[in-house]
Amino acid sequence: MLWIPVVIIAVLLIWSVGAYNGLVRLRQRVKNAWSQIDVQLKRRYDLIPNLVETCKGYMKHEREVLENVTRARTQAIEVKGGAAEQAKAENFLTQTLRSLFAVAENYPQLKANENLLQLQEELTSTENRIAFARQYYNDQAMKLNTRTEVFPTNLISQSFGFKKVEFFEVEIPEERQPVKVSF
Amino acid sequence: MYEEISQNKRNSFILIIIFVAGIVFLGYLFGLVAGFGPGAMIFAFIISALMALAGYFNGDKIVLAVSRAQLAAREKYPQLYNIVEELTIASGLPMPKLYIVHDGDAPNAFATGRDPAHSSIAVTTALLNRLNRTELQGVLAHELSHVGDYDILFATLIGILVGMVAMFSDFFLRYTFWTGGGRRKNSSGGSGAGVLMVIALILAILAPLFALIIQLTVSRQREYLADANAALMTRYPEGLASALEKISRNPGVLEVSNRATQHLYIISPIKSIRDRKKSSLFSTHPPVAERIRRLRGMAGNMASGVKADGSLT
Repeated sequence: MLWIPVVIIAVLLIWSVGAYNGLVRLRQRVKNAWSQIDVQLKRRYDLIPNLVETCKGYMKHEREVLENVTRARTQAIEVKGGAAEQAKAENFLTQTLRSLFAVAENYPQLKANENLLQLQEELTSTENRIAFARQYYNDQAMKLNTRTEVFPTNLISQSFGFKKVEFFEVEIPEERQPVKVSF
Repeated sequence: MYEEISQNKRNSFILIIIFVAGIVFLGYLFGLVAGFGPGAMIFAFIISALMALAGYFNGDKIVLAVSRAQLAAREKYPQLYNIVEELTIASGLPMPKLYIVHDGDAPNAFATGRDPAHSSIAVTTALLNRLNRTELQGVLAHELSHVGDYDILFATLIGILVGMVAMFSDFFLRYTFWTGGGRRKNSSGGSGAGVLMVIALILAILAPLFALIIQLTVSRQREYLADANAALMTRYPEGLASALEKISRNPGVLEVSNRATQHLYIISPIKSIRDRKKSSLFSTHPPVAERIRRLRGMAGNMASGVKADGSLT
């Protein structure tokens, strides 16, 4: 009758390995999702100098709009704080970009500029990518958090120190509709 | 989600088995009627096994070639690439290959391939020209959902095999018609051959019909599911709803679609507008009005169900 406890222990071991690996996979996915947000934010920083350069030639009177964008970009890059601090800076950058495109409406020549249209598409896409990266991060974070708390996987997560991760909070209400972006 | 995937894989496997068995049986009957004996059966087995393999590994290429889809150049279609890349971020899926079908009258789209790593999405030029960005996003999210839950594997196999069955039975019918089962004098069962020929004829007529019914019943449920997944992916069901409205209102008929590929498309490409509104045993797609109604219903739920962090409650 010795084989009964042996079988039970073997089954438990196999299950534990599976549960542990599942948690590791999820944690990896959460990490990747987080870095994807950074990649997309960087993509936006890279697009902005080009945008400012294109608008400069046409916008004679609204210099401060352009300067605001440049300043907001620098602030966002240099921000040293937590995710909340970063989100605030990014939201400010989004707002300055919106006012820039609103002002661009007054310049028919600029509006028809092929370069600007391309940049506008790239920026729209980047905003969507940022929103989707956050959404994917939150989805995966929720899965990981559920898995670490639900019985019986919580036994594994507690013994191996898996912690709950924070959600990416968005403060501005309009930001909640990621795909409705229009400048 | 995982259940959907394994279900699709299992169904694809069963489909291949039934296909091979069916063709072998047809070969057996053919051998009896034409007097070739068991040689026809072995021949049928080899041919059908090869076709099933070709359908699995090259089904996507066949479907794309039949639909006259051309690889989309990134420089020419930057927005298309942007939208799909955004959606791969939202879904965590690999980037599919993108194709263009040059048809300026019929806005439509389909996805094909055997798994997410070997997937392709094709759109018509009319789709790109007539839909706005959020509508395009909805359509592409719907197609990417088909990729994600392996609908593309089953749908592509069905398309290839339906085409094959139709071709086989066509050949079979013509052969027995022209020769009148001429060689039956050489076979051992002389008098039974006439009865066999009738059975064979009935089978040849029924086979493509059965294939068609499988194609229909399977694809209708999958459309609702892909719509729901697309809404979840974009968190904006109205984009797809309004796209479906626009596409279904368009009377253009997609020339390159046919009986074997029609179930792949987001909206039935060959039915008239009137037919799109009602569902019958012979429609590959659920009625568009119902799909739009369900999507708009989701929009209401989402507005109240989305928390500040963008996750669903």
